[in-house]
Amino acid sequence: MSTMTDPQPQGFRLGMLISDTRYRSYTFQFIALILLIVSIAYLISNLFANLAANGLDISWAFLGEPAGYDINQRPIEYTSQSTHARASMVGAINTLIVAFLACVSATVLGVIAGVLRLSNNWIVSKLMSAYVEAFRNVPVLIWILIIFLAMSNAFPQPRAFRGETPDATMLFDAVAFTNRGVYVPSFVNGAGSAIFWLVLLASIIGVFAYRRYAKNLLFKTGKLLPTGWPSLAILIVPSLLMYFVLGQPVTLEYPELKGFNFQGGVHMRLSLIALWFALAIYTGAFIAENVRAGILAISKGQTEAAAALGMRPGRIMNLVILPQALRVIIPPLISQYLNITKNSSLAIAVGYMDITGTLGGITLNQTGRAIESILLLMLFYLIISLSISAIMNVYNNSVKLKER
Amino acid sequence: MKKSVLFGALAAAGMTAGVAGAATLDDVQARGVMNCGVTTGVPGFAEPDANGVWQGFDVAVCRAVAAAVLGDSTAVEFVPTTGKTRFTALASGEIDMLARNTTWTFSRDVDLKFEFTGVNYYDGQGFMVPASLGVTSAAELDGATVCIQTGTTTELNLADFFRSNNITYEPVPIETGSEAVQLFLAGSCDVYTTDRSALAAQRANFPAPDDFVVLPEVVSKEPLGPLVRHGDNEWGDIVRWTLNALITAEELGVTSDNIEELSAGTNNPEINRLLGSEGTLGEMLGLDAEWAKRAIAAGGNYGEVFEGNIGAATNIGLARGLNAQWTDGGLIYSPPFR
Ligand SMILES: N[C@@H](CCC(=O)N[C@@H](CS)C(=O)NCC(=O)O)C(=O)O
Repeated sequence: MSTMTDPQPQGFRLGMLISDTRYRSYTFQFIALILLIVSIAYLISNLFANLAANGLDISWAFLGEPAGYDINQRPIEYTSQSTHARASMVGAINTLIVAFLACVSATVLGVIAGVLRLSNNWIVSKLMSAYVEAFRNVPVLIWILIIFLAMSNAFPQPRAFRGETPDATMLFDAVAFTNRGVYVPSFVNGAGSAIFWLVLLASIIGVFAYRRYAKNLLFKTGKLLPTGWPSLAILIVPSLLMYFVLGQPVTLEYPELKGFNFQGGVHMRLSLIALWFALAIYTGAFIAENVRAGILAISKGQTEAAAALGMRPGRIMNLVILPQALRVIIPPLISQYLNITKNSSLAIAVGYMDITGTLGGITLNQTGRAIESILLLMLFYLIISLSISAIMNVYNNSVKLKER
Repeated sequence: MKKSVLFGALAAAGMTAGVAGAATLDDVQARGVMNCGVTTGVPGFAEPDANGVWQGFDVAVCRAVAAAVLGDSTAVEFVPTTGKTRFTALASGEIDMLARNTTWTFSRDVDLKFEFTGVNYYDGQGFMVPASLGVTSAAELDGATVCIQTGTTTELNLADFFRSNNITYEPVPIETGSEAVQLFLAGSCDVYTTDRSALAAQRANFPAPDDFVVLPEVVSKEPLGPLVRHGDNEWGDIVRWTLNALITAEELGVTSDNIEELSAGTNNPEINRLLGSEGTLGEMLGLDAEWAKRAIAAGGNYGEVFEGNIGAATNIGLARGLNAQWTDGGLIYSPPFR
């Protein structure tokens, strides 16, 4: 057939770019692309020309200058003599810390609330509706401020812990709740602690391996191994043995009131807690709705069929409904994670030094390098958002309906 | 603030070259109001009163310029700015001048490209603590939690002070002065630090001012003054010489009470040049002969503005100190009107 209708290839003529339908669309797309590039190039060169005319040259040299300001939460080494680039890095890590904490807690909260909202128990389901509606419909900035102000007024000052009969005492002599944050004990790693942590890590991997083995055994032979206590044993026994064999290499350092503040332990600042909790409960409410939608998308026949097989309601949810619902839940979950990361830039409202606070705040202000700082900031959020999307897409592909 | 930066960039991208040196005076006169950047609220310096009318020591400078340029000291649109937003507001043209406890520094003048038009208050950074802490010197503040406003010279001085004294602190960065005060009063920080004039002003409005002490140390020089954008020297001259007019008026004994009488002509030629009954100073500025007369009449001379807003008779109770006229041993000194 092809020999009949197709004209013999006659070699390429320039006119075919317009007249030949095979090439025409490419031609026009190519022209459009060139025009787009030219106009963008014009805008950019015009921008630079005008910036130069105003004496505003683009220069990145400020990143290498000493920052001159201090940052309270420093996950990496930083002093006021470190560079602006370093300050931006501290801010970036702080953004990632709060975004990670909030993503994890929002997911846990959202899944629980979403499942419970469908509960047959009237009180539970109504409570969850109230949670979702209350938190979804008030701006997250307000929640950040409410939590921050509530905590800074409810918790005592460090001074209240002082004296013979203090007004406030530490929880279990280990955790101090103050209006400047929560102080918890921290680990002090002595000699041999690395071995201990490795054993602990190996045990955790061991637990997963065991559970996988038990599941495969169940599917292959129908033999049901207990998973509860063996998991616990795998997790605890080797680490505990190692801990004493190595002579207790890891000890706890307790916070202690010294001078104006508690010293020692880990200081979780009020700003971090307020931002984290607010982002978590606010976004948790959205995730709850995603989860509810995901569950409702699974036909009721699945539940009934599973029940007919004699499964208990908890197992029906965990083994039949949720795994299928995930396919519906994950795509919107990605955008919730992106929202958390982007909303974390409200940090300055409570003085949390994220990247918007350091690079986009103090550095921008003290150096006056607004355009450079904002460009870097955009680049940072873009990279983080794209990375989250990429990771979640990989996960989505692994749970989505396998077509065979 | 981010928004205005981006809009600024877009606007810059959309324009053809040659925008520098726009005539602010023409813009202001065409608009009929002057946009003046002030604080979000510091008692005595810039704060709306019960009727929503802005009052204060910095506000008076804005009003004087508006009176000189527009003939109406109320033709001012006050734009509250924070330590972080003030420079963007000025650079982007959102405000025509900034009078907001702003320290004249090298980098702001040279690198950020602003023009400081004088000093209306010679200040220095200080520390305030609750009296109950029993602290008597800033050297005892090791480990303290300190509330600071971000985007200020305060936070840089603070880092330098603690570093050079080899002591540590926990900074709590805050956007506005009123939030900082709130946290300080709630005990979220042990120390509040900013310019000493602002410390005195804010302390005066605490529920119990006597429960707080300002430590004796002055850890920096903070010459505070009004500023405009680089590149429009005519406008810069107007703001500079309006402030100088207020200062010279005090030096020459021109007050809001006797200004009418003196402007008819005196036997002091400098007063005559200042008030426009002699010479063409106003014309040289691109204004009329009575510009300085209106500026002074708006709120009185420098001394009157000082005493009326922050001086010994007010509850803020600042002494003139460094801000006395040079003839009284202070630093307030205007070049001659000639
Ligand atoms: N003089 C310093 C500090 C200026 C400053 O921010 N002062 C505070 C003192 S409270 C202020 O005016 N705050 C008022 C506000 O936040 O609007 C500078 O120029 O950086």
